[in-house]
Amino acid sequence: MAGLHKSDIPNPVLNWIDSRLPIITMMQKEYGVFPTPRNFNYFWNFGALAMVTLVVMILTGIFLAMHYQPNTTLAFDSVQHIMRDVNYGWLIRYVHQNGASMFFIVTYIHIFRGIYYGSYKAPRELLWILGVVILLLMMATAFMGYVLPWGQMSYWGATVITNLFSAFPGVGKYIVTLLWGGFSVDQPTLNRFFSLHYLLPFVLVGVVFLHVAALHIVGSNNPLGIEPRGPQDTLPFHPYYTAKDSVGVCVFLIVWGAFVFFAPNFLGDPNNFIEANPLQTPADIVPEWYFLPYYAILRSVPNKLLGVCMMFASLLVLLILPWLDTSRVRSARFRPTYKWFIFLWVVSFIVLGVCGAHKPEGVWVILSRVATLYYFAHFLVITPILGKLERPLPLPESITQSVTGRPLESH
Amino acid sequence: MRNSRSLLAPVFAVAMTVAGLFAIPGGAAAEDAPKPPGQKWSFDGIFGTPNLASAQRGFQVYSEVCSTCHAMHLLHYRDLTGLGLNEAEVKAIASTFTVPQGLDDQGVPKDGPGTPANQFRSPFPNEKAARAANNGAYPPDLSLIINAREDGADYVYGVLTGYAEAPSGFTMQEGMNYNRVFPGHQIAMPKPLDDGRVTYSDGTPTTVDQMARDVVTFLHWASNPEEAERKAMGVRVILFLILLAGVTYAVKRKVWSDVH
Repeated sequence: MAGLHKSDIPNPVLNWIDSRLPIITMMQKEYGVFPTPRNFNYFWNFGALAMVTLVVMILTGIFLAMHYQPNTTLAFDSVQHIMRDVNYGWLIRYVHQNGASMFFIVTYIHIFRGIYYGSYKAPRELLWILGVVILLLMMATAFMGYVLPWGQMSYWGATVITNLFSAFPGVGKYIVTLLWGGFSVDQPTLNRFFSLHYLLPFVLVGVVFLHVAALHIVGSNNPLGIEPRGPQDTLPFHPYYTAKDSVGVCVFLIVWGAFVFFAPNFLGDPNNFIEANPLQTPADIVPEWYFLPYYAILRSVPNKLLGVCMMFASLLVLLILPWLDTSRVRSARFRPTYKWFIFLWVVSFIVLGVCGAHKPEGVWVILSRVATLYYFAHFLVITPILGKLERPLPLPESITQSVTGRPLESH
Repeated sequence: MRNSRSLLAPVFAVAMTVAGLFAIPGGAAAEDAPKPPGQKWSFDGIFGTPNLASAQRGFQVYSEVCSTCHAMHLLHYRDLTGLGLNEAEVKAIASTFTVPQGLDDQGVPKDGPGTPANQFRSPFPNEKAARAANNGAYPPDLSLIINAREDGADYVYGVLTGYAEAPSGFTMQEGMNYNRVFPGHQIAMPKPLDDGRVTYSDGTPTTVDQMARDVVTFLHWASNPEEAERKAMGVRVILFLILLAGVTYAVKRKVWSDVH
């Protein structure tokens, strides 16, 4: 199969390139004419929004790294140097800092969409699994990024979270020493976290590429959860979905901008404006909001090892979701009972988030235990059993018929 | 809860012991931290920015009162242009402070009059010296104090105006002062402000309340010097994005008109 690619690009220069490296043909195929179901709702914006966020995070991060000092005695002040002395440094940093939160909001909604419309089901299992890998990488990256400003919450958050690994019998304490690069969170920890925080986003880009590549093999799911039956059910990605995604991007940037310009520290913790002090523990060690549900799961179990395992399991269970769901119907739109259980699962996730922000005392313990129980029961018990018991609503014949109300022939 | 304690036990055990030994007595007792009463500030809300006249007076209060013990090492005298002072005024202000000016020709550290490029003068060379001079307590750096506390402005105002006689039955530790707002109600800092403590050149009465308001306004500016520029830019950016969203939505409708 050697030889030049037969390119039909009219421009001679671009044609010359495309004949030797058909990236223009590829872009045209994957983002130009790529057949996309015609019935997406705005939930299908969120993949694109996550992509935009990733790019913005990498760009702002590169500029921050030009001024940041990964040194325990300089890190805190170097961040303030960025905020005060670097031209528009405050803008770059607030975009990056709030961008982490935006990334998680967007990704959580993206995942919810996948769960509600059954996007994880065959043949999209691997696409889904790659998505879970992206989530895990994002979490690791965000965690290490939060350590870099070297505030009190950075330091103590890092101490608590890395200490979780000590729960594993035998190897636990070696893992912790390896993470720390010593015997406490200190200079080696900060240095390696900076290195990894710079590295992982590029790994993320690689996995995102695989995620998109897998998507373009199996094609997108859609709100009806039925496969397109022919060209009448799809639209070329451009201009239809480039236009629709652009609307979403604008609205998203308004939300992001509102945080950056008017409430840049709303989602942060005042304690992180105090430089890390290994001799003084803050009264309350709380992770960033996007980790709170998992933190609540961790603390709802009265045994350290079990708590740590449950916390990791709450994420890893997503990996086997395609096989836990026994229903043949993808979209919850046609699953009248399951739909309500999904909403209940969302409620349990939010309740866990609220519990994670409170000290584990009194009613918060009970609430977080109930929510944890439901979180797991939803995936491990309800989803497999309900798939067999539930009688789904009749599926529409085709996407076009559902959208236009007309039978196939008349279109 | 049992679990969280066991989970964090190794961390807490060491840290709490050490912290207990070194921390400001009372500072660690966050259990009794009353919410400071809410105040109205010039910098509240989306469009609010610090009242610069008040912030300038606050700088005077900081310089004449707070700076005896509290450093603000993240600020430089040149930053004072952000308070509406011109370069000549900043130069004059900087020169009234004696600050470290590198080494002399013999390699000995020397002091000299400040320039706009210098950091704010720190009252103590290091934390140990600060503690030694303050009965073991460490007067925190104020560069970020408003951002570093829950309800920052209200809290600092509350502490500055919250000195009172200890209620009967409340046992005070040696050398501590009762404060309504400070967590644990025992603060090492003696009451810093009394009526007439400073003299304002613009004739504003120097009540404790007025000086506290002014210094909090100054400290808020010091924590967020970019705020005025940020909020002004934000209004323009958001308006632009709303416009862009509208145009983009119109384009989307046009593109999709043959499908719907």
